[in-house]
Amino acid sequence: MKTAAFISQFAIPAFILFAVLYGAIKKVRVYDSFVAGAGEGIEVIAKIFPYVLAIFVAVKAFQASGAFDLLKLALSGSFTALEIPSEVLSVAFIKPLSGSASTAVFTDIVRTTGPDSLASRISAVIIGSAETTFFVLAVYLGAVNIRRTKYLVPVCLIADGVGIILAIAIVKLMF
Amino acid sequence: MNIIWVALIAVSILAAFWTGGLEAVTKAMFDGAKTAVEISLFLLGIVSLWLGITRIIEDSGLIYRISHAFRPMIIRLFKTIPPDHPAITSITLNMLANLFGLGNAATPLGIKAMQDLQTLNEDKGSLTFEMMLFIVLNTASIQLIPFTVVGILTDFGSANPSAVVFPTICSTVISAFIAIALLFLFRRLMK
Repeated sequence: MKTAAFISQFAIPAFILFAVLYGAIKKVRVYDSFVAGAGEGIEVIAKIFPYVLAIFVAVKAFQASGAFDLLKLALSGSFTALEIPSEVLSVAFIKPLSGSASTAVFTDIVRTTGPDSLASRISAVIIGSAETTFFVLAVYLGAVNIRRTKYLVPVCLIADGVGIILAIAIVKLMF
Repeated sequence: MNIIWVALIAVSILAAFWTGGLEAVTKAMFDGAKTAVEISLFLLGIVSLWLGITRIIEDSGLIYRISHAFRPMIIRLFKTIPPDHPAITSITLNMLANLFGLGNAATPLGIKAMQDLQTLNEDKGSLTFEMMLFIVLNTASIQLIPFTVVGILTDFGSANPSAVVFPTICSTVISAFIAIALLFLFRRLMK
């Protein structure tokens, strides 16, 4: 845990230092290279922007629409039957859509149910092990401007679903 | 993506009709547009920064050395990438950044990796298997320590905040394997 924290603190500055010094030793005009590379950033973001826009508009609308609450209402019965805290549902549905929103929901669960409750632990594992799938898809597909995605999206969504069930099962087994 | 986008928009607006939250949904859509601009501006900064750094390691030849060193590991999954190709380095760096929870490096390097993989793509309009594999590995989010989560649990006085670390690693590793297996399964089914 300490080592990992240490590495994640020092990895980036160490890598940048090494890249710059190595370049200088190899007699590369490091500053010129950096500026030339960084100049491509705008072009890349211009390509990604419409994809990110489309996903954020849809996700925000979905969050505000109350569709979540209808879904939760429909599913909370089976969750109670399986002895899974119903708070987990919110995290499970928000995590693939939005990183900041899922952190907010998680913080709220920790505040209301306590940091060592089953709900907090399951939510923690879901947040730690799942990714904001829609955002990743938008950014990475936008970067290469590809709209024909073959079977990628179903694979990601099924994997997300399996991951959430797995997270719940593992926490229930371990605690 | 098309179906999902239509579904999200349609369900949201219909649900809003049902619950009477139309005004909130309209506002949320414009909020979403604003968030997209903010996120893109943020990305513009970090992506440009990393493109600058990766250009330095390209010009100094370091990128080919890193590719060479990590080729044996990456090639097990990404079979069609030629030796010493820059994509090997950007994939490796993206994976390492993910592992250590360095989001600010992982996304820009992932974008770079997608572009490097695109140079190997013969049909520029559709994804290669390697690209799909790369995206799936990213959405599986393989991370050693979930720092944000542990931090929040600590803030609220958890007796043992790192108790969630082991289950998180188990869950993330198993689900990554399942995701990769699914991808290979779909490839076989779609042929």
